[in-house]
Amino acid sequence: MGMYNEKVMDHFTNPRNVGTLEDSNAIGTFGSPVCGDMMEISLKIENNVIVDAKFRTFGCGSAIASSSVATEMVKGKTLEEALKLTNQNFVDELGGLPGAKIHCSVLSEQAIKTAIYKYAKENGLDLPGLEGFDPDAEFDHDEE
Amino acid sequence: MKPIYLDYSATTPVKQEVLDAMIPYFTEKFGNPSSLYGIGFASKDAIELARSQVAALIGAEDREIYFTSGGTEADNWAVIGAARSRKNKGNHIITTKIEHHALLHTCKALEKEGFVVTYLDVDDNGIVDPAQVKNAITDQTILISVMFANNEIGTLQPIAEIGAIAKENGILFHSDGVQALGNVDIDVRSAGVDMMSMSAHKIYGPKGIGALYIRKGVVIENILFGGGQENKRRAGTENLTGIVGFGKAAELAGKNLNDHIKQVRDLRNYFLEQIRSRIDDISVNGDLEKRLPGNLNLIFNYVEGEALLLHLDIRGICASTGSACSSASFSPSHVLSAMGLPLEKVYSSLRFTVGDFTTKEDLDLVVASLVEIVSKLRELSPFDKDHRMQSTQVLR
Ligand SMILES: Cc1ncc(COP(=O)(O)O)c(C=O)c1O
Repeated sequence: MGMYNEKVMDHFTNPRNVGTLEDSNAIGTFGSPVCGDMMEISLKIENNVIVDAKFRTFGCGSAIASSSVATEMVKGKTLEEALKLTNQNFVDELGGLPGAKIHCSVLSEQAIKTAIYKYAKENGLDLPGLEGFDPDAEFDHDEE
Repeated sequence: MKPIYLDYSATTPVKQEVLDAMIPYFTEKFGNPSSLYGIGFASKDAIELARSQVAALIGAEDREIYFTSGGTEADNWAVIGAARSRKNKGNHIITTKIEHHALLHTCKALEKEGFVVTYLDVDDNGIVDPAQVKNAITDQTILISVMFANNEIGTLQPIAEIGAIAKENGILFHSDGVQALGNVDIDVRSAGVDMMSMSAHKIYGPKGIGALYIRKGVVIENILFGGGQENKRRAGTENLTGIVGFGKAAELAGKNLNDHIKQVRDLRNYFLEQIRSRIDDISVNGDLEKRLPGNLNLIFNYVEGEALLLHLDIRGICASTGSACSSASFSPSHVLSAMGLPLEKVYSSLRFTVGDFTTKEDLDLVVASLVEIVSKLRELSPFDKDHRMQSTQVLR
Protein backbone atom coordinates (compact mmCIF):
# COMPACT_ATOMS: atom_id res chain seq x y z
CA MET A 1 0.00 0.00 0.00
CA GLY A 2 1.12 3.55 -0.66
CA MET A 3 3.90 4.86 -2.82
CA TYR A 4 6.66 4.83 -0.17
CA ASN A 5 8.21 2.11 1.96
CA GLU A 6 8.03 2.09 5.76
CA LYS A 7 11.39 3.71 6.32
CA VAL A 8 10.57 6.60 3.98
CA MET A 9 7.23 7.04 5.72
CA ASP A 10 8.96 7.00 9.09
CA HIS A 11 11.36 9.78 8.08
CA PHE A 12 8.49 11.65 6.47
CA THR A 13 6.20 11.51 9.49
CA ASN A 14 8.95 11.87 12.10
CA PRO A 15 11.69 13.81 10.38
CA ARG A 16 14.96 13.95 12.34
CA ASN A 17 16.96 17.12 12.97
CA VAL A 18 14.30 19.64 12.00
CA GLY A 19 15.05 23.35 12.32
CA THR A 20 17.97 25.71 12.02
CA LEU A 21 21.03 25.33 14.24
CA GLU A 22 21.55 28.43 16.35
CA ASP A 23 25.30 27.98 16.42
CA SER A 24 25.63 26.96 12.81
CA ASN A 25 28.69 28.07 10.89
CA ALA A 26 27.60 26.78 7.48
CA ILE A 27 24.18 27.21 5.94
CA GLY A 28 23.27 26.01 2.48
CA THR A 29 19.99 26.40 0.68
CA PHE A 30 19.03 24.82 -2.56
CA GLY A 31 15.89 25.07 -4.66
CA SER A 32 14.98 22.68 -7.39
CA PRO A 33 13.74 24.53 -10.43
CA VAL A 34 12.08 21.34 -11.61
CA CYS A 35 9.59 20.58 -8.89
CA GLY A 36 9.65 23.67 -6.70
CA ASP A 37 11.27 21.89 -3.74
CA MET A 38 13.56 23.86 -1.44
CA MET A 39 15.90 22.77 1.31
CA GLU A 40 17.94 24.62 3.87
CA ILE A 41 20.64 22.75 5.79
CA SER A 42 22.57 24.26 8.68
CA LEU A 43 25.77 22.60 9.79
CA LYS A 44 28.06 23.02 12.73
CA ILE A 45 31.61 22.33 11.65
CA GLU A 46 34.47 21.85 14.14
CA ASN A 47 37.99 20.88 13.13
CA ASN A 48 36.88 19.85 9.66
CA VAL A 49 34.18 17.58 11.06
CA ILE A 50 30.39 18.10 10.86
CA VAL A 51 29.30 17.81 14.46
CA ASP A 52 25.66 18.79 14.06
CA ALA A 53 23.11 19.34 11.31
CA LYS A 54 19.52 20.51 10.99
CA PHE A 55 17.25 21.05 8.02
CA ARG A 56 14.10 22.67 6.78
CA THR A 57 12.50 21.45 3.58
CA PHE A 58 9.60 22.54 1.45
CA GLY A 59 8.87 19.51 -0.69
CA CYS A 60 7.09 16.26 -1.21
CA GLY A 61 7.38 13.11 0.89
CA SER A 62 10.60 11.90 -0.66
CA ALA A 63 12.23 15.33 -0.42
CA ILE A 64 11.45 15.49 3.30
CA ALA A 65 12.52 11.89 3.97
CA SER A 66 15.79 12.24 2.08
CA SER A 67 16.55 15.55 3.82
CA SER A 68 15.99 13.87 7.15
CA VAL A 69 18.19 10.91 6.34
CA ALA A 70 20.85 13.21 4.87
CA THR A 71 21.18 15.17 8.11
CA GLU A 72 21.66 11.89 9.97
CA MET A 73 24.30 10.76 7.49
CA VAL A 74 26.43 13.93 7.43
CA LYS A 75 26.83 14.05 11.18
CA GLY A 76 30.27 12.89 12.25
CA LYS A 77 31.67 13.05 8.73
CA THR A 78 34.68 15.09 7.70
CA LEU A 79 34.03 17.69 5.03
CA GLU A 80 35.76 15.50 2.46
CA GLU A 81 33.58 12.54 3.38
CA ALA A 82 30.42 14.62 3.34
CA LEU A 83 31.25 15.94 -0.12
CA LYS A 84 31.41 12.38 -1.40
CA LEU A 85 27.78 11.72 -0.39
CA THR A 86 25.46 11.57 -3.36
CA ASN A 87 21.72 11.43 -3.57
CA GLN A 88 22.03 7.70 -4.30
CA ASN A 89 23.46 7.20 -0.80
CA PHE A 90 20.35 8.81 0.69
CA VAL A 91 18.06 6.76 -1.54
CA ASP A 92 19.88 3.57 -0.53
CA GLU A 93 19.74 4.48 3.15
CA LEU A 94 15.98 4.93 2.78
CA GLY A 95 15.65 1.52 1.17
CA GLY A 96 14.69 3.00 -2.19
CA LEU A 97 12.33 5.62 -3.62
CA PRO A 98 9.86 5.31 -6.50
CA GLY A 99 11.61 6.01 -9.81
CA ALA A 100 9.84 9.28 -10.46
CA LYS A 101 10.84 10.47 -6.99
CA ILE A 102 14.59 9.84 -7.13
CA HIS A 103 15.22 13.38 -8.33
CA CYS A 104 13.77 14.77 -5.09
CA SER A 105 16.79 13.41 -3.19
CA VAL A 106 19.20 15.48 -5.30
CA LEU A 107 18.03 18.44 -3.25
CA SER A 108 19.85 17.18 -0.15
CA GLU A 109 23.09 16.48 -1.96
CA GLN A 110 23.09 19.95 -3.47
CA ALA A 111 22.16 21.69 -0.22
CA ILE A 112 25.01 19.97 1.65
CA LYS A 113 27.49 20.88 -1.09
CA THR A 114 26.25 24.46 -1.05
CA ALA A 115 26.72 24.75 2.72
CA ILE A 116 30.24 23.34 2.58
CA TYR A 117 31.09 25.47 -0.44
CA LYS A 118 30.15 28.61 1.44
CA TYR A 119 32.03 27.49 4.53
CA ALA A 120 35.13 26.67 2.47
CA LYS A 121 34.98 30.06 0.78
CA GLU A 122 34.64 31.96 4.05
CA ASN A 123 37.47 30.02 5.62
CA GLY A 124 39.78 29.98 2.61
CA LEU A 125 39.73 26.20 2.35
CA ASP A 126 40.55 24.40 -0.83
CA LEU A 127 38.51 21.22 -0.85
CA PRO A 128 39.03 18.76 -3.70
CA GLY A 129 35.40 17.59 -3.59
CA LEU A 130 34.25 21.08 -4.55
CA GLU A 131 36.10 21.46 -7.82
CA GLY A 132 33.76 22.76 -10.43
CA PHE A 133 30.85 23.04 -8.00
CA ASP A 134 28.65 26.04 -8.65
CA PRO A 135 25.81 26.48 -6.16
CA ASP A 136 23.87 28.61 -8.64
CA ALA A 137 24.19 26.23 -11.56
CA GLU A 138 21.20 24.43 -12.98
CA PHE A 139 21.55 20.73 -12.52
CA ASP A 140 20.29 18.04 -14.79
CA HIS A 141 17.61 15.59 -13.88
CA ASP A 142 18.83 12.72 -15.92
CA GLU A 143 17.10 10.24 -13.62
CA GLU A 144 13.87 10.86 -15.46
CA MET B 1 -10.85 3.44 9.52
CA LYS B 2 -13.42 4.61 6.99
CA PRO B 3 -11.80 7.06 4.62
CA ILE B 4 -13.14 10.59 4.40
CA TYR B 5 -13.59 11.24 0.72
CA LEU B 6 -13.19 14.85 -0.40
CA ASP B 7 -12.40 14.27 -4.05
CA TYR B 8 -15.82 14.19 -5.71
CA SER B 9 -14.47 16.03 -8.74
CA ALA B 10 -12.13 13.12 -9.44
CA THR B 11 -14.96 10.63 -9.32
CA THR B 12 -18.02 9.74 -7.27
CA PRO B 13 -19.31 6.51 -5.76
CA VAL B 14 -22.16 4.87 -7.64
CA LYS B 15 -25.44 5.45 -5.81
CA GLN B 16 -27.37 2.40 -4.67
CA GLU B 17 -30.40 3.22 -6.87
CA VAL B 18 -28.07 3.49 -9.84
CA LEU B 19 -26.45 0.14 -9.12
CA ASP B 20 -29.86 -1.47 -8.59
CA ALA B 21 -31.01 -0.21 -11.97
CA MET B 22 -27.90 -1.62 -13.66
CA ILE B 23 -27.77 -5.10 -12.14
CA PRO B 24 -30.44 -6.86 -14.26
CA TYR B 25 -28.69 -5.75 -17.44
CA PHE B 26 -25.59 -7.77 -16.57
CA THR B 27 -27.46 -11.04 -16.22
CA GLU B 28 -31.09 -11.62 -17.35
CA LYS B 29 -31.47 -8.58 -19.56
CA PHE B 30 -28.15 -8.89 -21.32
CA GLY B 31 -29.37 -8.87 -24.93
CA ASN B 32 -27.55 -6.98 -27.66
CA PRO B 33 -29.61 -3.86 -28.34
CA SER B 34 -29.24 -4.49 -32.09
CA SER B 35 -30.73 -7.99 -31.92
CA LEU B 36 -34.18 -8.61 -33.30
CA TYR B 37 -35.77 -10.55 -30.48
CA GLY B 38 -37.29 -9.90 -27.09
CA ILE B 39 -34.26 -9.32 -24.86
CA GLY B 40 -32.62 -7.32 -27.65
CA PHE B 41 -35.64 -5.03 -27.88
CA ALA B 42 -35.66 -4.72 -24.09
CA SER B 43 -32.05 -3.55 -24.14
CA LYS B 44 -32.84 -1.08 -26.88
CA ASP B 45 -35.73 0.27 -24.82
CA ALA B 46 -33.49 0.61 -21.78
CA ILE B 47 -31.00 2.63 -23.79
CA GLU B 48 -33.70 4.91 -25.13
CA LEU B 49 -35.02 5.49 -21.62
CA ALA B 50 -31.50 6.42 -20.48
CA ARG B 51 -31.13 8.72 -23.46
CA SER B 52 -34.25 10.61 -22.47
CA GLN B 53 -33.07 10.79 -18.84
CA VAL B 54 -29.76 12.36 -19.86
CA ALA B 55 -31.48 14.66 -22.36
CA ALA B 56 -33.89 15.88 -19.69
CA LEU B 57 -31.03 16.88 -17.39
CA ILE B 58 -29.68 19.39 -19.94
CA GLY B 59 -32.83 20.46 -21.77
CA ALA B 60 -31.97 18.58 -24.96
CA GLU B 61 -34.02 16.35 -27.24
CA ASP B 62 -33.42 12.63 -26.87
CA ARG B 63 -31.97 12.25 -30.34
CA GLU B 64 -29.33 14.88 -29.56
CA ILE B 65 -27.62 12.58 -27.02
CA TYR B 66 -24.91 10.18 -28.24
CA PHE B 67 -23.41 7.77 -25.74
CA THR B 68 -19.63 7.50 -25.63
CA SER B 69 -17.06 5.72 -23.46
CA GLY B 70 -16.78 8.80 -21.23
CA GLY B 71 -15.92 12.46 -21.12
CA THR B 72 -12.57 11.93 -22.80
CA GLU B 73 -14.08 10.32 -25.87
CA ALA B 74 -16.79 12.98 -26.04
CA ASP B 75 -14.13 15.72 -26.00
CA ASN B 76 -12.06 13.91 -28.63
CA TRP B 77 -15.03 13.33 -30.87
CA ALA B 78 -16.39 16.87 -30.61
CA VAL B 79 -13.10 18.58 -31.40
CA ILE B 80 -11.63 16.15 -33.93
CA GLY B 81 -14.99 15.51 -35.60
CA ALA B 82 -15.77 19.22 -35.88
CA ALA B 83 -12.30 20.18 -37.09
CA ARG B 84 -12.05 17.51 -39.75
CA SER B 85 -15.56 18.14 -41.06
CA ARG B 86 -14.80 21.84 -41.47
CA LYS B 87 -11.26 21.76 -42.70
CA ASN B 88 -12.33 23.18 -46.05
CA LYS B 89 -13.77 26.22 -44.30
CA GLY B 90 -10.79 26.98 -42.11
CA ASN B 91 -8.13 25.61 -39.80
CA HIS B 92 -8.41 27.70 -36.65
CA ILE B 93 -9.67 26.55 -33.25
CA ILE B 94 -10.11 28.70 -30.15
CA THR B 95 -9.95 27.18 -26.68
CA THR B 96 -8.52 28.06 -23.27
CA LYS B 97 -5.44 27.24 -21.25
CA ILE B 98 -7.49 25.77 -18.42
CA GLU B 99 -9.24 22.97 -20.30
CA HIS B 100 -8.95 19.37 -19.17
CA HIS B 101 -6.17 17.37 -20.81
CA ALA B 102 -8.84 15.43 -22.71
CA LEU B 103 -9.38 18.65 -24.63
CA LEU B 104 -5.88 20.15 -24.62
CA HIS B 105 -4.12 17.01 -25.77
CA THR B 106 -6.72 16.55 -28.50
CA CYS B 107 -5.96 20.07 -29.72
CA LYS B 108 -2.23 19.26 -29.66
CA ALA B 109 -2.93 16.22 -31.83
CA LEU B 110 -4.89 18.39 -34.27
CA GLU B 111 -2.01 20.85 -34.50
CA LYS B 112 -0.03 17.99 -36.02
CA GLU B 113 -2.75 17.67 -38.67
CA GLY B 114 -2.22 21.33 -39.60
CA PHE B 115 -4.85 22.99 -37.45
CA VAL B 116 -3.91 26.17 -35.61
CA VAL B 117 -5.09 26.50 -32.02
CA THR B 118 -5.39 29.63 -29.89
CA TYR B 119 -5.23 28.88 -26.16
CA LEU B 120 -6.82 31.79 -24.33
CA ASP B 121 -5.64 33.06 -20.96
CA VAL B 122 -7.91 33.39 -17.96
CA ASP B 123 -8.05 36.24 -15.46
CA ASP B 124 -6.70 36.06 -11.89
CA ASN B 125 -9.98 34.47 -10.83
CA GLY B 126 -9.73 31.71 -13.39
CA ILE B 127 -12.42 33.01 -15.72
CA VAL B 128 -12.24 33.48 -19.48
CA ASP B 129 -13.08 36.90 -20.89
CA PRO B 130 -15.67 36.60 -23.70
CA ALA B 131 -14.16 39.71 -25.32
CA GLN B 132 -10.93 37.78 -25.75
CA VAL B 133 -12.82 34.99 -27.45
CA LYS B 134 -14.32 37.53 -29.81
CA ASN B 135 -10.96 39.12 -30.54
CA ALA B 136 -9.37 35.77 -31.30
CA ILE B 137 -11.83 34.98 -34.08
CA THR B 138 -10.40 35.05 -37.61
CA ASP B 139 -11.95 34.17 -40.96
CA GLN B 140 -10.33 30.77 -40.47
CA THR B 141 -12.02 29.99 -37.14
CA ILE B 142 -14.16 26.84 -37.31
CA LEU B 143 -14.56 25.85 -33.67
CA ILE B 144 -14.65 27.41 -30.20
CA SER B 145 -14.36 25.10 -27.20
CA VAL B 146 -14.63 26.46 -23.66
CA MET B 147 -15.38 24.32 -20.63
CA PHE B 148 -18.56 24.91 -18.61
CA ALA B 149 -16.78 24.53 -15.27
CA ASN B 150 -13.15 23.91 -14.48
CA ASN B 151 -12.19 20.69 -12.75
CA GLU B 152 -9.41 22.09 -10.55
CA ILE B 153 -10.72 25.42 -9.33
CA GLY B 154 -14.39 24.93 -10.14
CA THR B 155 -14.81 28.27 -11.90
CA LEU B 156 -17.91 28.62 -14.06
CA GLN B 157 -17.20 30.12 -17.46
CA PRO B 158 -19.43 32.66 -19.24
CA ILE B 159 -20.81 30.01 -21.58
CA ALA B 160 -23.98 31.80 -22.71
CA GLU B 161 -22.02 34.93 -23.66
CA ILE B 162 -19.46 32.91 -25.58
CA GLY B 163 -22.28 30.91 -27.19
CA ALA B 164 -23.85 34.13 -28.44
CA ILE B 165 -20.52 35.26 -29.89
CA ALA B 166 -20.04 31.92 -31.64
CA LYS B 167 -23.53 32.07 -33.08
CA GLU B 168 -23.08 35.64 -34.33
CA ASN B 169 -20.00 34.53 -36.20
CA GLY B 170 -21.39 31.25 -37.47
CA ILE B 171 -18.79 29.22 -35.57
CA LEU B 172 -19.43 25.87 -33.96
CA PHE B 173 -19.31 25.98 -30.14
CA HIS B 174 -18.39 23.03 -27.93
CA SER B 175 -18.27 22.98 -24.16
CA ASP B 176 -16.81 20.35 -21.84
CA GLY B 177 -19.68 19.98 -19.39
CA VAL B 178 -18.22 17.05 -17.44
CA GLN B 179 -17.80 18.96 -14.16
CA ALA B 180 -20.87 21.14 -14.52
CA LEU B 181 -23.31 18.28 -15.16
CA GLY B 182 -25.42 17.62 -12.09
CA ASN B 183 -23.85 20.58 -10.28
CA VAL B 184 -25.19 23.47 -12.31
CA ASP B 185 -28.61 23.98 -13.87
CA ILE B 186 -27.71 23.43 -17.52
CA ASP B 187 -29.98 24.26 -20.42
CA VAL B 188 -28.18 23.66 -23.69
CA ARG B 189 -30.50 25.98 -25.60
CA SER B 190 -29.98 29.04 -23.43
CA ALA B 191 -26.30 28.19 -23.08
CA GLY B 192 -26.04 28.31 -26.87
CA VAL B 193 -23.80 25.27 -27.13
CA ASP B 194 -23.75 23.12 -30.26
CA MET B 195 -21.98 20.26 -28.53
CA MET B 196 -21.41 19.37 -24.89
CA SER B 197 -19.37 16.58 -23.28
CA MET B 198 -20.65 14.64 -20.27
CA SER B 199 -19.46 11.81 -18.06
CA ALA B 200 -21.43 9.54 -15.73
CA HIS B 201 -18.84 8.91 -13.04
CA LYS B 202 -18.90 12.52 -11.85
CA ILE B 203 -22.62 12.31 -11.09
CA TYR B 204 -22.77 9.10 -9.02
CA GLY B 205 -22.92 6.88 -12.10
CA PRO B 206 -20.44 4.28 -13.33
CA LYS B 207 -17.05 4.94 -14.92
CA GLY B 208 -16.39 4.43 -18.62
CA ILE B 209 -19.65 5.89 -19.87
CA GLY B 210 -20.47 9.39 -21.02
CA ALA B 211 -22.18 11.22 -23.81
CA LEU B 212 -21.80 13.96 -26.34
CA TYR B 213 -24.74 16.27 -26.90
CA ILE B 214 -24.82 17.26 -30.55
CA ARG B 215 -27.47 19.81 -31.42
CA LYS B 216 -29.78 18.50 -34.15
CA GLY B 217 -28.64 19.60 -37.57
CA VAL B 218 -24.97 19.85 -36.55
CA VAL B 219 -22.82 17.54 -38.64
CA ILE B 220 -19.40 16.40 -37.47
CA GLU B 221 -17.25 13.54 -38.68
CA ASN B 222 -17.26 10.23 -36.87
CA ILE B 223 -14.07 9.10 -35.20
CA LEU B 224 -15.04 5.49 -34.54
CA PHE B 225 -15.89 3.20 -37.44
CA GLY B 226 -17.83 -0.04 -37.31
CA GLY B 227 -21.45 -0.92 -36.73
CA GLY B 228 -24.35 1.48 -37.11
CA GLN B 229 -25.02 2.11 -33.42
CA GLU B 230 -26.01 5.52 -32.06
CA ASN B 231 -27.77 6.54 -35.24
CA LYS B 232 -24.70 5.57 -37.29
CA ARG B 233 -22.53 8.12 -35.49
CA ARG B 234 -20.75 6.14 -32.79
CA ALA B 235 -19.88 2.56 -33.65
CA GLY B 236 -19.59 -0.27 -31.15
CA THR B 237 -21.99 -2.44 -29.18
CA GLU B 238 -23.47 -0.19 -26.57
CA ASN B 239 -22.22 -0.25 -22.96
CA LEU B 240 -25.68 -1.32 -21.89
CA THR B 241 -25.19 -1.46 -18.12
CA GLY B 242 -23.19 1.77 -18.18
CA ILE B 243 -25.83 3.56 -20.20
CA VAL B 244 -28.61 2.37 -17.88
CA GLY B 245 -26.57 3.56 -14.89
CA PHE B 246 -25.84 6.91 -16.51
CA GLY B 247 -29.53 7.37 -17.25
CA LYS B 248 -30.52 6.62 -13.66
CA ALA B 249 -27.78 8.88 -12.30
CA ALA B 250 -28.96 11.69 -14.59
CA GLU B 251 -32.55 11.22 -13.46
CA LEU B 252 -31.52 11.44 -9.80
CA ALA B 253 -29.28 14.43 -10.47
CA GLY B 254 -32.15 16.27 -12.13
CA LYS B 255 -34.61 15.42 -9.39
CA ASN B 256 -32.25 16.49 -6.58
CA LEU B 257 -30.43 19.30 -8.36
CA ASN B 258 -31.47 22.24 -6.20
CA ASP B 259 -31.14 20.37 -2.92
CA HIS B 260 -27.80 18.93 -3.99
CA ILE B 261 -26.46 22.36 -4.92
CA LYS B 262 -27.58 23.92 -1.67
CA GLN B 263 -26.39 21.10 0.54
CA VAL B 264 -23.00 20.82 -1.09
CA ARG B 265 -22.46 24.58 -1.22
CA ASP B 266 -23.37 24.99 2.46
CA LEU B 267 -20.92 22.25 3.40
CA ARG B 268 -18.19 23.77 1.24
CA ASN B 269 -18.75 27.21 2.77
CA TYR B 270 -18.78 25.77 6.28
CA PHE B 271 -15.50 23.99 5.55
CA LEU B 272 -13.91 27.19 4.28
CA GLU B 273 -15.11 29.19 7.30
CA GLN B 274 -13.69 26.61 9.69
CA ILE B 275 -10.36 26.52 7.91
CA ARG B 276 -10.18 30.31 7.75
CA SER B 277 -10.89 30.65 11.45
CA ARG B 278 -8.30 28.10 12.49
CA ILE B 279 -5.43 28.34 10.00
CA ASP B 280 -3.78 31.61 9.03
CA ASP B 281 -2.09 32.45 5.78
CA ILE B 282 -4.41 30.58 3.45
CA SER B 283 -6.22 31.81 0.38
CA VAL B 284 -8.71 30.55 -2.17
CA ASN B 285 -7.81 29.94 -5.79
CA GLY B 286 -10.47 31.06 -8.24
CA ASP B 287 -13.67 33.04 -8.02
CA LEU B 288 -15.74 32.03 -4.99
CA GLU B 289 -19.09 33.07 -6.44
CA LYS B 290 -18.91 31.81 -10.02
CA ARG B 291 -17.92 28.37 -8.89
CA LEU B 292 -19.07 24.77 -8.64
CA PRO B 293 -20.90 24.33 -5.33
CA GLY B 294 -18.63 21.58 -3.98
CA ASN B 295 -15.22 22.89 -5.01
CA LEU B 296 -12.64 24.42 -2.74
CA ASN B 297 -9.10 25.00 -3.98
CA LEU B 298 -6.83 26.44 -1.31
CA ILE B 299 -3.30 27.72 -1.00
CA PHE B 300 -1.67 26.74 2.28
CA ASN B 301 1.26 29.11 2.19
CA TYR B 302 4.75 27.70 2.96
CA VAL B 303 3.46 24.12 2.79
CA GLU B 304 4.04 21.75 -0.11
CA GLY B 305 0.82 20.24 -1.42
CA GLU B 306 1.97 16.69 -1.91
CA ALA B 307 3.42 16.43 1.58
CA LEU B 308 0.11 17.72 2.91
CA LEU B 309 -1.75 15.20 0.78
CA LEU B 310 0.38 12.37 2.10
CA HIS B 311 -0.25 13.36 5.72
CA LEU B 312 -3.97 13.53 4.96
CA ASP B 313 -3.82 10.11 3.36
CA ILE B 314 -2.21 8.67 6.51
CA ARG B 315 -5.32 9.89 8.34
CA GLY B 316 -7.62 8.40 5.70
CA ILE B 317 -8.52 11.69 4.08
CA CYS B 318 -8.70 11.87 0.28
CA ALA B 319 -8.01 15.20 -1.45
CA SER B 320 -6.13 16.15 -4.57
CA THR B 321 -3.40 18.32 -6.00
CA GLY B 322 -2.96 19.22 -9.62
CA SER B 323 0.66 19.86 -8.89
CA ALA B 324 1.84 16.50 -7.63
CA CYS B 325 5.43 15.99 -8.65
CA SER B 326 4.79 12.26 -8.78
CA SER B 327 3.79 12.24 -12.41
CA ALA B 328 6.48 11.64 -14.98
CA SER B 329 6.26 15.20 -16.26
CA PHE B 330 6.78 17.02 -12.93
CA SER B 331 4.60 19.70 -14.45
CA PRO B 332 2.82 22.02 -12.08
CA SER B 333 -0.93 22.54 -12.51
CA HIS B 334 -1.51 24.15 -15.90
CA VAL B 335 -4.70 25.69 -14.58
CA LEU B 336 -3.15 27.48 -11.60
CA SER B 337 -0.21 28.53 -13.76
CA ALA B 338 -2.60 29.98 -16.35
CA MET B 339 -4.14 32.10 -13.57
CA GLY B 340 -0.74 33.67 -13.06
CA LEU B 341 -0.13 32.09 -9.67
CA PRO B 342 3.56 32.10 -8.67
CA LEU B 343 5.10 28.66 -8.69
CA GLU B 344 5.50 28.23 -4.94
CA LYS B 345 1.80 29.00 -4.49
CA VAL B 346 0.92 26.50 -7.18
CA TYR B 347 2.89 23.91 -5.23
CA SER B 348 1.09 24.92 -2.04
CA SER B 349 -2.38 24.39 -3.48
CA LEU B 350 -4.81 21.63 -2.68
CA ARG B 351 -8.26 20.79 -3.99
CA PHE B 352 -11.09 19.54 -1.81
CA THR B 353 -14.41 18.67 -3.40
CA VAL B 354 -17.40 17.76 -1.29
CA GLY B 355 -20.38 15.75 -2.45
CA ASP B 356 -23.63 14.06 -1.51
CA PHE B 357 -22.14 11.75 1.10
CA THR B 358 -20.02 14.37 2.87
CA THR B 359 -21.05 15.23 6.42
CA LYS B 360 -20.28 18.14 8.69
CA GLU B 361 -18.63 15.70 11.10
CA ASP B 362 -16.30 14.58 8.30
CA LEU B 363 -15.35 18.18 7.66
CA ASP B 364 -14.73 18.87 11.35
CA LEU B 365 -12.35 15.93 11.46
CA VAL B 366 -10.56 17.13 8.33
CA VAL B 367 -10.20 20.65 9.73
CA ALA B 368 -8.69 19.27 12.93
CA SER B 369 -6.23 17.21 10.91
CA LEU B 370 -5.36 20.16 8.70
CA VAL B 371 -4.62 22.38 11.69
CA GLU B 372 -2.18 19.81 12.99
CA ILE B 373 -0.54 18.92 9.67
CA VAL B 374 -0.18 22.47 8.41
CA SER B 375 1.52 23.62 11.58
CA LYS B 376 3.84 20.61 11.49
CA LEU B 377 4.79 21.22 7.87
CA ARG B 378 5.23 24.94 8.43
CA GLU B 379 7.67 24.19 11.19
CA LEU B 380 9.56 22.15 8.67
CA SER B 381 9.37 24.72 5.91
CA PRO B 382 12.20 27.05 4.99
CA PHE B 383 9.43 29.46 3.91
CA ASP B 384 7.99 29.65 7.41
CA LYS B 385 6.94 33.12 8.47
CA ASP B 386 9.83 33.77 10.86
CA HIS B 387 12.19 32.09 8.57
CA ARG B 388 11.19 33.04 5.07
CA MET B 389 13.63 32.99 2.23
CA GLN B 390 13.27 34.78 -1.06
CA SER B 391 11.18 31.98 -2.41
CA THR B 392 10.03 33.60 -5.61
CA GLN B 393 13.53 34.52 -6.55
CA VAL B 394 14.95 31.06 -6.11
CA LEU B 395 12.01 29.14 -7.45
CA ARG B 396 11.36 31.60 -10.27
C1 LIG C 1 -13.47 18.66 -17.20
C2 LIG C 1 -13.26 17.23 -17.50
N1 LIG C 1 -13.28 16.81 -18.79
C3 LIG C 1 -13.11 15.52 -19.12
C4 LIG C 1 -12.90 14.56 -18.15
C5 LIG C 1 -12.69 13.13 -18.58
O1 LIG C 1 -13.84 12.36 -18.40
P1 LIG C 1 -13.73 10.77 -18.32
O2 LIG C 1 -13.01 10.47 -17.05
O3 LIG C 1 -15.15 10.29 -18.30
O4 LIG C 1 -13.01 10.31 -19.54
C6 LIG C 1 -12.87 14.94 -16.80
C7 LIG C 1 -12.67 13.96 -15.70
O5 LIG C 1 -11.62 13.45 -15.41
C8 LIG C 1 -13.05 16.30 -16.48
O6 LIG C 1 -13.00 16.73 -15.21
